[in-house]
Amino acid sequence: MDDNLINILNSVVANATPLVIAGIGETITERAGVVNLSLDGSLALAAMIGFVTALTTQSVILGMIAAMIAGALIALIIAVAGIELRQDQVAVGFVLTLLAADLAQFLGQNYTRIPGPTLPYVPIPVLRDIPVVGEIFFNHEPLVYLSYALIFVTWYALFHTRSGLAHRAVGERPAAAFARGTNVNRLRYFYTILGGALVGLAGAAYSLAVKPGWSTPPVMRGDGWIALAIVIFAGWHPFRVVLGAYLFAGLRSLASAIQRSPDIQIPLVLLNGLPWLLMIITLVLVSGGAVERLLNIMPRPLQKAMRTVLRSDPPAALGTRFDEG
Amino acid sequence: MDIELKHIHKRFGAVHANNDISLKVSAGHIVAVLGENGAGKSTLMKILSGYQPADSGEIWLDGKSAGSYRTPQGAISAGIGMLQQDPLDIPAFTVLENFVYGQNTGFLFSPRKWRERLKSISARLGFELDSDQPIAHLSIGQRQQLEIVRLLSMGVRTLILDEPTTGISAEQKLVLFKALRELAMHDHMSILLVSHKLEDVIALCDSVVVLRGGQLVGKLQMPATTDELVRLMFGQELAPHAHECLINPKIAINLDNVTLKGKRVTVENFSMKIRSCEVIGLAGLEESGQDLILRACVGLIKATRGQITVNSSDMTGKSYRDFLAGNVAFGAAGRLEEGLIAGLTLTEHIALTTENKTLVDWARATLVTDHKIKQYNVRGRPDSPIETLSGGNQQRLLMALMPDNPVLMALEQPTRGLDVDSARWIWQQLLERRAHGTAILFSSPDLDELVTYSDRIFVAYAGRIVEIPDATQTNIDELGRLIGGNFEKESAL
Amino acid sequence: MNPPSNRTALTVGFALLPIIVSLVITAVLVLAVGSNPIDVLVAVAEGAFRNSNSFAGVVNFWIPLALCSIGLIVTFTAGLWNIGVEGQMIVGAVFASWAALFVDLPAPLLIPLEIVLAMIGGGLWAALVGFLKTRLGVHEIFGGVALNALANVWSIYLISGPWAPPTGGTAQATAPFKDSALLPPLSSEFPVSLLALILVAAALVIVTFALRGTRWGLQLKATGKNSKSALLLGVPTLQSAMTAFIVCGMLAGIGGAYRVLFTYASLRPLASGGIGFLALLVVLLVGLRPMFAVMIAFTFAVILGGSTRLKVALQLDQSLAGVLQGFIVLLVLLSNGLRQRFMPAAVEPPTPITATVEVQRIQPPV
Repeated sequence: MDDNLINILNSVVANATPLVIAGIGETITERAGVVNLSLDGSLALAAMIGFVTALTTQSVILGMIAAMIAGALIALIIAVAGIELRQDQVAVGFVLTLLAADLAQFLGQNYTRIPGPTLPYVPIPVLRDIPVVGEIFFNHEPLVYLSYALIFVTWYALFHTRSGLAHRAVGERPAAAFARGTNVNRLRYFYTILGGALVGLAGAAYSLAVKPGWSTPPVMRGDGWIALAIVIFAGWHPFRVVLGAYLFAGLRSLASAIQRSPDIQIPLVLLNGLPWLLMIITLVLVSGGAVERLLNIMPRPLQKAMRTVLRSDPPAALGTRFDEG
Repeated sequence: MDIELKHIHKRFGAVHANNDISLKVSAGHIVAVLGENGAGKSTLMKILSGYQPADSGEIWLDGKSAGSYRTPQGAISAGIGMLQQDPLDIPAFTVLENFVYGQNTGFLFSPRKWRERLKSISARLGFELDSDQPIAHLSIGQRQQLEIVRLLSMGVRTLILDEPTTGISAEQKLVLFKALRELAMHDHMSILLVSHKLEDVIALCDSVVVLRGGQLVGKLQMPATTDELVRLMFGQELAPHAHECLINPKIAINLDNVTLKGKRVTVENFSMKIRSCEVIGLAGLEESGQDLILRACVGLIKATRGQITVNSSDMTGKSYRDFLAGNVAFGAAGRLEEGLIAGLTLTEHIALTTENKTLVDWARATLVTDHKIKQYNVRGRPDSPIETLSGGNQQRLLMALMPDNPVLMALEQPTRGLDVDSARWIWQQLLERRAHGTAILFSSPDLDELVTYSDRIFVAYAGRIVEIPDATQTNIDELGRLIGGNFEKESAL
Repeated sequence: MNPPSNRTALTVGFALLPIIVSLVITAVLVLAVGSNPIDVLVAVAEGAFRNSNSFAGVVNFWIPLALCSIGLIVTFTAGLWNIGVEGQMIVGAVFASWAALFVDLPAPLLIPLEIVLAMIGGGLWAALVGFLKTRLGVHEIFGGVALNALANVWSIYLISGPWAPPTGGTAQATAPFKDSALLPPLSSEFPVSLLALILVAAALVIVTFALRGTRWGLQLKATGKNSKSALLLGVPTLQSAMTAFIVCGMLAGIGGAYRVLFTYASLRPLASGGIGFLALLVVLLVGLRPMFAVMIAFTFAVILGGSTRLKVALQLDQSLAGVLQGFIVLLVLLSNGLRQRFMPAAVEPPTPITATVEVQRIQPPV
């Protein structure tokens, strides 16, 4: 296979990693029935805090931990506001989106455009020698491998463990979950914070690996919204989150490849619009009646396969409150 | 399991829902708990099954105090499980997932082991459950069966069933009753049945307790007749509704050879004429096609084929708002969710339906509201937000929002969740409008209501429709058979 | 339960607490980056009120902010989160810029044309969000965010390409608009557009009246509170949602036009400057009360306008304004929750909540 292509695919995997981690985090949160809308701000704040911590302590590990704490704290605010104080999760999430972004910009103002520590490349010994696949998937920094693990662990935990049953049940029908002895609100806290911590880690994946350092405006501006859209496109399923994240990262690589190519003359600014166009198209595909209409005109054998790929039913109790008794 | 309730009290604000209720049920018995809506029977069952704590009183199980469990899970550990009218399962799960969720499975459960367990318990009770089916594809009857199997698997020794025969087929009812008898006789389980349906009580139960106004007012050993049960429940015998047929040749609505596509069922080539002053009942289990017909009559569902005429003008393909303009009224089954708007005042509701100019004349709207409040005896003020009204008053307002003399009123379950008095009031209103020429089309899960009020009944089963041309010539048994899909006798009608 | 005096004290407490706490948190953050909060306060006050020119700066933030806030009250009434308001401002600005750059007319004709075009542009962009929502089932938050980005991409493309200044494009701005295309200022000491002030006042009066006194307003309210019931009561809910979006888009469009026709005198990237988002915060803070929204918008404009001086005076990033505003709104929402917990009898504050407008499914062709 063309080396150039392999390099591009390698960078797609690397660039998609923050989207994968954030998407999985949000999937975990929303599966429990809570919406954390603040991703676009959370990612920026976590990235900044992760970078600054890593810079001042010279430890990427501490940087990642600090970023996770930042993400978890924002999620905690949403959980308290939504569960304890009965406020609209979307409203609080939106306010936090703006607040976290401004906080990142304000607190990070003295740390822009300085080099800092980054995550090391750790090719995985045997696996990286597999032709093509090894180069694409196993020649990365550790967070990429962590994202692989995350996908499978989340999928397995959600669909094949006892705790996964309770996790999904509180997002689908909290009254039923309560009747089976599940502490609905405690689980919602837990998964909201866990999801938030992963969003924080995704932020660190930008500032310590994918686009090292900190700048204003932050490089990941807009990616939080894309991650949120990926979760919908993915039908709240971890495998499809990965699909969505790679699709978006792939489109970006394609855009920059087009940009470099001398034959095609499309201004870079217009290419910047492509991910947003893709976001609208994918959401139209999986939302409302569009998907059913599309499925109806497909040949029968295809219908079933496409339905698993395109169906997107949100957790039935997403964004709602639950009061015991 | 022997159960003894001692002096149970429960208040909700000013309402004394359970007032000093003491009750004994011995192992192996099936006991019916009867009472009107608001009599306190659901509250009592919720207390017993851990969904609500009592204010005071004690529960003794097998001669020992059960202490105070405050959750359904606690009740199940104590041996008491409740099957809700709408089974509390998770629609997004498969049968197996629903079965194991909440059971003591360990972190990783072995699907094979639990599948076996599900199979063996259901086989014993004569239930047929496919462990890999999503719940969303099950009928209510099957979901009930799953809940029973699950509760048994968790070691429940007492089973409480809330209106279990609403919405299930005749066959499923037979299977259910057989299973319940088996559990009572061989496993010495005690079974409490909350039901409105006296024929079920007579068919199944060993004894009856009756609640009225939060108090235990009577006990009766079976067998007993319907009349005896009614007298206990209401304190008197109900005067039967006198059925009166009004003849009017004018056709209010005509469905001509229409095809209606729903999510799960399709009604094909269906024709129905409703004359002015007619009362037509629509019977059928959930999603059998009757809802499609009802909603097609008001333009909420478009026919993919055929023609719909209202008052001799063609309404095929027209929108719901066109039907409204054509003087057709619709009432949905949910009250606050579909029909009233929480956060809006009474006047705002009235203005929405009566003010047609660009500018709203609030003074006039308030006057109209005042008038309607008096006319329909609503307890509320023009500026009260709708959610501050009681359920009965909301129902009255809903009636006030309907046009005075519509061509057709299409009503989904017009008396759902109402007690006998309120239900009678609703029918009184409906029949009054009918006397002025309105045709009435209604659906109901209550066979009694269908037989009592309809001139004709259409029964839907899986998209197939049969007509009972004279409702006075049918009875609940026959209707029940048809609803269950047993159409063989239709030629004999 | 509580004696009345206690209750009043609690009410006042719940109203003041979030503001005090936000100020304290902001002060701590200022200390954290090594500045003195008092200096910051002085700088912001100077930035806003130093002279009539700086106060005009505040008013120039307030005008588009007030227009967007009034527009968002319309969409929130219909239960819609018009997060796309930023994009609607940008498209309004682009439409107005087209006339400003390429149409040769005397000012009395050109300016109204620009305003009308801005309303059309903003309205169209909002209608797109509405179309995605009502016909295709895409939640307006996501449709709005994507269309915001696309609007910005489009404006940058125009600035760097087709509309680049002849002197060589730096992708910073188009060539300055001709004088006849610009809104005239009241005076050079107090550069504020009288026309824009009149437009704000008109929008305030019309929207307030339309929401209270017209059938349309009542139908919007019904749609917002329960679209399913509204539909059954005969309200054209899809139409309500669409018109709400379009009205908001038109007002946002004027706001965007004001930025390019007065503040910048040229089209710039991200012409909206975050003012649409800020307007969302304003409405989250005050609920569906246009008069209050306009007043709070002024307070926010003071913070925003004043903070422009931070960079010059203290080398501080002006995002501090957003931090303070964000904390105020967040803490007010949280304290509303606390108040409902501790004073359950209190009237629910008019915080808008998302409702989903019933999407009438189009039947598949057979």
